[in-house]
Amino acid sequence: MAVSTSPPADLSAALVLEPVAAADWLVILPVAWCLAIGALLVMLRRPIGLHPFISVAGLAGLVVIDALLLQHVIVSGPVTMVMGRWLPPFGIAFTVDLTGALFALAASVVALAGGVYSLSDINDSGRRYGFYPFLMLLMAGVSGAFLTGDIFNLYVWFEVLLISSFGLIVLGSEREQIDGAVKYGFLNLVATTLFLVTTGYLYASFGTLNMADIARKAEGLRGTAPLMTLTALFLLAFGMKAAAFPVNFWLPASYHTPRVVVSALFAGLLTKVGIYALIRVTVMLLPVEREELSFVIALVGALTMLVGVFGALAQSDFRRMLGYLVISGIGSILAGIAVGGPGGIGGAIFYALHSMLVMTALYFASGVAAKLGGSFSLSSLSGLYRRHAGFAAISLMLAFAVSGLPPFSGFWPKVMLVKAALDIGAWWLAAALLVTGFLTTIATGRFFLLAYWRDTAEGQGVATKAQIPAAILLPLVALTVMTLAIGLYPEPLLATIQNAAAGLSEPSSYLNSVFPGAAR
Amino acid sequence: MEAWFALLVGTFFTVAIYLLLSKSIIRVLLGVAILGNGVNLLIFTGGRLTRGVPPVIQEGADTLAGPAANALPQALILTAIVISFSFFAFLLVLAWRAYEDLSTDNTDEMRVAEPEEEPAPPLGY
Amino acid sequence: MRSVIFRAVAPFLTSLMVLFSIFVLLRGHNEPGGGFIGGLIAVSALAIYGIACGVETVRRAIYFHPMAIAGAGLFAATIAGLISIAARVPFMTGLWIYPSLLGVEVPLSTVTLFDCGVYLVVVGAISSIALSLEERGGE
Repeated sequence: MAVSTSPPADLSAALVLEPVAAADWLVILPVAWCLAIGALLVMLRRPIGLHPFISVAGLAGLVVIDALLLQHVIVSGPVTMVMGRWLPPFGIAFTVDLTGALFALAASVVALAGGVYSLSDINDSGRRYGFYPFLMLLMAGVSGAFLTGDIFNLYVWFEVLLISSFGLIVLGSEREQIDGAVKYGFLNLVATTLFLVTTGYLYASFGTLNMADIARKAEGLRGTAPLMTLTALFLLAFGMKAAAFPVNFWLPASYHTPRVVVSALFAGLLTKVGIYALIRVTVMLLPVEREELSFVIALVGALTMLVGVFGALAQSDFRRMLGYLVISGIGSILAGIAVGGPGGIGGAIFYALHSMLVMTALYFASGVAAKLGGSFSLSSLSGLYRRHAGFAAISLMLAFAVSGLPPFSGFWPKVMLVKAALDIGAWWLAAALLVTGFLTTIATGRFFLLAYWRDTAEGQGVATKAQIPAAILLPLVALTVMTLAIGLYPEPLLATIQNAAAGLSEPSSYLNSVFPGAAR
Repeated sequence: MEAWFALLVGTFFTVAIYLLLSKSIIRVLLGVAILGNGVNLLIFTGGRLTRGVPPVIQEGADTLAGPAANALPQALILTAIVISFSFFAFLLVLAWRAYEDLSTDNTDEMRVAEPEEEPAPPLGY
Repeated sequence: MRSVIFRAVAPFLTSLMVLFSIFVLLRGHNEPGGGFIGGLIAVSALAIYGIACGVETVRRAIYFHPMAIAGAGLFAATIAGLISIAARVPFMTGLWIYPSLLGVEVPLSTVTLFDCGVYLVVVGAISSIALSLEERGGE
């Protein structure tokens, strides 16, 4: 029974009592929207032909919502919404700052591209299996992870996206996929369990799980609480999710096994969620500990970059090479986190956003290459340039972008990272970044020479012209145009990213949004 | 009291890590399950232990009468149990499928996705 | 299962348990019970029915595909959260209405809707697993 008499206790300290502006709903809408559409798709079992259209329309809507959210955050700063009126730290808060909004927007763009690509990659049996509901639930998890302001809630969203990704990775159930899924599943579950361990310690030390509250209280607890242990554990857990060097082995074992569109979405979204969480925790919540651990992070970053790019050089399968390039990109982002400061953090965020777009596009390109050339393996893939010159041009642009060459989106973050590393005197880190860029050029160049320019491989006839379906070409071209546009005209994005990095290192506006008037 | 629980958590973790290092996939799965339970116990202990005082507000009152058991870790654990249970079910089915399809439960022999002997890449063109 | 007694009793037992599960679901708002436990009771009812009369009978009896039921539950839970948009309060705030039905005041809330969603998710997801396991066991 609800109490209909006037409340005897003063609830203004515990509950939101004033009405909520409609614009604040943008904070929760991406998650609720994806969940609702995902649930709708689960219900629609008979009209399976409708799934792709509902889902693409839903993802387009998600892009619009995330764009509006970013716009709202740019105009009026971080926005908070609490669940069920309970004020933080008691209620679960969703808080969006520039970083979260940028990542969420990039993720929705990647997902939309994947949704369009899937129109020709996922057949009826894939639809009946539930590709589209899984895709929408994956996006609910990803959006939730980017937008939440609570550590345990972050864990829940990690699990939501993990369980959806399990569903996606075994779609098709080939032997290879089962093999890859076993490694992916077990190691990722261990990683999230480690995250839960850390959450337990965090709760034991802080007595709160709200991010803003933790950021507020960390200063006072520095003498007594084991914050270094926490940071190191976070680094391990999120590093494992992001596939950083000593714990990266699940990624090259699994990312080349599922459908192309699934690989592309994973490359664009999953590791970046880990990186986002790492940035959020180390930069905003525990900055002093990040500073102290910076050498370790830098070393891990440099090794991740180099291991990734050497792996890419050694591979002769298109998608396995891309898997290693994803890892190498993670190394560059870690380098930025290690360096810190506006340049380092900004570079890390920029690189992560760039990597989301470009790695997804490259996986799409590998799918197109396999469609045109009949294989992912270099030993039989050839003559792609002759088959489709336009596609070869797009692939070359993407190869330049991933290597960090101008005028593409990979160039600017790399400049920022190298400059930031040199500014603090970490010349070896800058050298590692540059060498990685150089080796990436060689790795992708080797692929380009053999798969695109070489006319015939053994067992292959002379290449003839071929067509690419529009549903595949469209997302590929769109992502390439985006990376070119960012490369040619980076100012607006760069300014936003710098504000985002500043908002992370100096989170007073974030704190103000969660605890109005109570920030330091 | 907390110290005993800490020891218990440590034992759980030891067993779990020992099992996780095994090659047999069922042992790894058991390790994951035990790890999950160890973490739940860890969160429970992290929320501090209070015996025999449930956090129930008496009829007619608005607040708790005095210190009571911390209810939040229990909510967290409940969530974690449901999640880890569903993961356990999924991974069990996956391990079974892997055993059927790859006819091995030894992770060292699961080399379908990363074959040991790949054809040499083309050396020139 | 070929026991005549079990087959004769199972439909009554199942209907009784489903009824009880709904009672537990509705009771759950202020007292022990709720969607999760209610859903589990309903699933065990369906499982008993399945053991007695075969999985096909259960699938016919629940009419919808179990996953569709789970989807409906998730949808209901999301909608329960979103209703508060209209009342200008934050996501998932509990809202109440007290319509009078045949002279009895019936308190309805978004919380109940959410709990019903949880109930349906549990019923759908777990019965989907249980039924497919029973099918395999029966082969």
